[in-house]
Amino acid sequence: MSELSGTSNDRESRWRALMTSAQDGDHAAYGELLSDLFPVLRRFVLRKWPNAHDTEDVVQEILVSIHTVRQTYDRRRPFTPWLMTIAARRVADAARSRYARGANETTVDILPETFDGDGANSEQETTDDREALRRAMAILPAGQRQAIELVKIQGLSLDEASQVTGKSVGSLKVGIHRAIKAMRQALERIG
Amino acid sequence: MLNRDLIETLTTNCAPIRPLAHPAWRALVWFAVSLCYVAIVVAAMGVRPDFVAKIADPQFATELAAAFLTSVVAAAGAFSAGSPARPMWERFVAGLFFLLWAGALAVGCWRDVDAFGVSGLLSHSDIYCLPTILAISIPAAVLILSMVKRGAPIAPFVTIGLAALASTALAAAALRLSFRQDAAVSVCIWQFGSVVLLTGIASLFGRALLHWTMRDELIASFQAHRR
Repeated sequence: MSELSGTSNDRESRWRALMTSAQDGDHAAYGELLSDLFPVLRRFVLRKWPNAHDTEDVVQEILVSIHTVRQTYDRRRPFTPWLMTIAARRVADAARSRYARGANETTVDILPETFDGDGANSEQETTDDREALRRAMAILPAGQRQAIELVKIQGLSLDEASQVTGKSVGSLKVGIHRAIKAMRQALERIG
Repeated sequence: MLNRDLIETLTTNCAPIRPLAHPAWRALVWFAVSLCYVAIVVAAMGVRPDFVAKIADPQFATELAAAFLTSVVAAAGAFSAGSPARPMWERFVAGLFFLLWAGALAVGCWRDVDAFGVSGLLSHSDIYCLPTILAISIPAAVLILSMVKRGAPIAPFVTIGLAALASTALAAAALRLSFRQDAAVSVCIWQFGSVVLLTGIASLFGRALLHWTMRDELIASFQAHRR
């Protein structure tokens, strides 16, 4: 309430007049009032809750609350106590809801491993994996690399790959097996 | 930018509104409507045949008057609790009449002891009082809930507790006008106790019943602004 002590009578009178006009539907007066209130409420929130990470969000919640219950302002009574009662209530509500949310969250220093699917990995992780695979494939003999590209990357069946390359299915199987083994060793060296 | 958007949205949605009336006036309006309903209920159940004789008894008259006064003053307290920056004492005045009501019941118990000895304090089960008071109070409770919802949910537990006290006290008074249950201890336990119990239970639902809401049209307008 020390905000009150710093509030001049002129400001109080101005806010009362603006709020009265706003209740009558004066858009300009209401806009002026809310613009006046924003910095005052921001200071109020910062003083009441110095560690708030989302001061702007709390101030916005207060403004929406003021709007929602503006019919409760009694024109015969001072405006500032009405404003500060709502602001204090909303700051307490915000602190409680943030605390409750925080109680259900755990901060971890090391992120756990994710699943294989691209959707479960960040864009950076996906890019890094692709680069490592590309480098591992680069060291393969041409025949093995072609087998991997056709079967594992393009998704052709062994029969289809056999028709494309002219090699037997058995030969492709052996080639793919050796290629994967070589790539695994290469990735271990890279990684 | 976002802050300016919000202020623009709120300003755009600044339709003229009628300020809420004084809490005492709203309480009188609620009480008048609820009293009409209670009168119908009492008429339907039948006024107790010894009403004229009973109302001449100062203890009964005080008890009844205290129940009605508790009801209307608790309603005023509930409306006051939903009006930011109203004096805090307005929320607690109902407590005085509540104590007066309890005091009148205590005097009744004392009189029973004086007349019948300790056996006058033996109570038989009147468990039906609880559902009856609950049933009678529901329409009045729904009405006062719709009225307190127009206020600000700055003290939800107190607001709902006082609203429940207003409704159940009125229902208990209606019961006293209809039923010949004059054993003071029974009235104390089963009627007054039901009021206390229901008020306590209802106040626990304060935050569930009263919370800040952002009206749908406001959200839609804000989102439209941001786009």
